[in-house]
Amino acid sequence: MSDHHHHHDHDHSELSETELRVRALETILTEKGYVEPAALDAIIQAYETRIGPHNGARVVAKAWSDPAFKTALLEDGSKAIGTLGHVSRVGDHLVVVENTPQRHNMVVCTLCSCYPWEMLGLPPVWYKAAPYRSRAVKDPRGVLADFGVQVAKDVEIRVWDSTAETRFLVLPMRPAGTDGWSEEQLAELVTRDSMIGTGFPKAPGAPS
Amino acid sequence: MNGVHDMGGMDGFGKVEPEPNEPVFHEEWESRVLAMVRAMGAAGAFNIDTSRFYRETIPPHVYLSSSYYKKWFLGLEEMLIEKGYLTREEVAAGHAMQPAKALKHGKFDLGQVERIMVRGKFARPAPAPAKFKIGDKVRTKNIHPATHTRLPRYVRGHVGIVELNHGCHVFPDSAAMELGENPQWLYTVVFEGRDLWGADGDPTSKVSIDAFEPYLDPA
Repeated sequence: MSDHHHHHDHDHSELSETELRVRALETILTEKGYVEPAALDAIIQAYETRIGPHNGARVVAKAWSDPAFKTALLEDGSKAIGTLGHVSRVGDHLVVVENTPQRHNMVVCTLCSCYPWEMLGLPPVWYKAAPYRSRAVKDPRGVLADFGVQVAKDVEIRVWDSTAETRFLVLPMRPAGTDGWSEEQLAELVTRDSMIGTGFPKAPGAPS
Repeated sequence: MNGVHDMGGMDGFGKVEPEPNEPVFHEEWESRVLAMVRAMGAAGAFNIDTSRFYRETIPPHVYLSSSYYKKWFLGLEEMLIEKGYLTREEVAAGHAMQPAKALKHGKFDLGQVERIMVRGKFARPAPAPAKFKIGDKVRTKNIHPATHTRLPRYVRGHVGIVELNHGCHVFPDSAAMELGENPQWLYTVVFEGRDLWGADGDPTSKVSIDAFEPYLDPA
């Protein structure tokens, strides 16, 4: 983890205090027998290695390749993903929403930071921060512009505010020029942001 | 509660700033906080709605100036104290001083890790038939509970259309206060951007929330 550390001068002391408090809390929880530190390590390891946007990318690539799977996925996301043994397991109430030439979908959680962890991993900082949570519902095109994304003016923008235990995954449109590509090749084009609705999949041949 | 967490439609927070090649965690302590929250929740110390409510009750100036995991930490520490799993004296000392309180599902050990990699189940049997069907026009209630609710301010009092019915789910407004699951029908309700934001709103935008039946009246 040391390579993840990048303290800033202005908040160094605040972070140090936080580090001490977090450590103290873990000591107390461990001493009281509530948690086993090795189990905490295992949770962290899962989110650092196994659970990330590659899971969602495989689902999207499968939907692009297999029309019957796509139909099932849009009908009941959790059930359809449950049939793919090789993708990480997913909980109930995953709703997959399809981008079309007429409609662009975008997902937000204005009240906290609900996000389809099993498909995309832990959310990025911007998804959890005030600018995105406040503006996505009021000025979605302005938010997309912050990402350098432009959606044609005649396309409907549909924002899904995740206010309950349903979770939303955007099924982006398959990029042109990918006829005959394998699911593995297609999955390489699927970005995290394209499954949140703040980006598009990579174009074939674009640098990764 | 009408807190600063209810951010939909607020102005002044500036641009969204994506970070290229963002790491999963920026600091090691963030990962420990995430793991402790997940572990203590899975052990039965609190439910997800209660944990959200504790983060919402962080004072507004602290909420706005704290990172995501700092808020998780502050909410967790206060919740565990108030629920009797630790004491302020222990937190100050940094060590256990009192006997442990029994956890509903026992100690969170290695054997428990896999079960939290899949989300919990929130669907429940329906106590009554659904009041609304897909396509119905509904108006969100003008409610301002001082406790936890999942009806954001920006949609209150507005007319929308029922688009999806997700079945009956645990009702967060009750569960957060530990008043039982009180299952309620859950619908996706979609609003026109201009109905929410007025004539200046984007005419091509639509916004949906997932609304529990008690939030809705026929329109």
